[in-house]
Amino acid sequence: MSEKKNNQVSRRQFLNYTLTGVGGFMGAAMVSPMVGMAVDPLLQAEGSSDFQYVMDVSEITQQPQRKSFTVPQEDGWYESESEQTAWVYRTENDEILALSPVCTHLGCTVDWEGGDYDNEFFCPCHNGRYDRMGVNIADTPPTAPLPAYEYRVEEGKLYLGKA
Amino acid sequence: MLQKLYDWVDERLDITPIWRDIADHEVPEHVNPAHHFSAFVYCFGGLTFFVTVIQVLSGMFLTMYYVPDIENAFASVEYLQSQVAHGQIVRGMHHWGASVVIVMIFLHTLRVFFQGAYKKPRELNWVVGVLLFFVMFGLGFTGYLLPWDNKAFFATQVGLEIAESVPVIGTDIKTLLAGDPEIVGAQTLTRFFAIHVFFLPAALFGLMAAHFIMIRRQGISGPL
Repeated sequence: MSEKKNNQVSRRQFLNYTLTGVGGFMGAAMVSPMVGMAVDPLLQAEGSSDFQYVMDVSEITQQPQRKSFTVPQEDGWYESESEQTAWVYRTENDEILALSPVCTHLGCTVDWEGGDYDNEFFCPCHNGRYDRMGVNIADTPPTAPLPAYEYRVEEGKLYLGKA
Repeated sequence: MLQKLYDWVDERLDITPIWRDIADHEVPEHVNPAHHFSAFVYCFGGLTFFVTVIQVLSGMFLTMYYVPDIENAFASVEYLQSQVAHGQIVRGMHHWGASVVIVMIFLHTLRVFFQGAYKKPRELNWVVGVLLFFVMFGLGFTGYLLPWDNKAFFATQVGLEIAESVPVIGTDIKTLLAGDPEIVGAQTLTRFFAIHVFFLPAALFGLMAAHFIMIRRQGISGPL
């Protein structure tokens, strides 16, 4: 190559750039749909929470009651019913509260007034305790209150959504 | 007969230098347990490789019966374990080998660490070794779910919650691993299967090649 043309791209450089560019494009075209497939779960819109009938409002007492209900569950191509449990009761202000029984420490199931603790939720795994409102009691393992279910009352019936 | 066959191929393709280059190398006295029994500590890397070979082979045969489907996974494992000839042995090799390989890789790491064999010029090989360690852990974690029994399910549940505890991106990591933000189910099993038998082994082979090429190029570190 003549030195006068040193601002120009040489034949070799041109071929290098073109082949790298084309190769890169082909590689990207090949890999990007695959990556898209792998990250699909992140792109899925979050399922809107359906509310499920649990019990009649008239049956709700100050004393927490353990209620099970089933929620239709869609796991990709696999549809099933998932069983869920809630502690349902009225607070001292007469408001309805439905708490998830899943301990916020390590996910065991809490019991109302278990382990000889009056007026508290108790987790048998590591002696986690929550007060009547589901707030974790200091110096016990749980670090957060029990999550409350979203709820809706229609025509005297209680429906629960997501915890 | 075999010699003739070999000579016939060698005459055409000149294969002798290829295997000579791989197989012919001096083993220094200080790593030979026949000279100094304490040199057995140098065996752990090779033993890791040996158990890895067992894992790969037994795993290949297990997939002849195993299906990564939540309805049938457990039944397929139970069948291959109880009905298939030698199925119990092959699955036993894979099951126990999974633990043994972790022990061996750990002992190998300890040897390299306490002998300071990771120092210059072998830093890169240490880095690749640590990556291999992570890949092994990944293989152990993903393989544990596959029998789809209660122990497998809840161990994975805990593992995914640990992943979720990572700040900021934890939930995304969990979703990416499990295939669903909340459910450990059908999509989790297929994903873990794919990761266990394709993605991580591919990474493992690449890293092992790098590990071995580097050790041949640099040689075993000198005596203490």
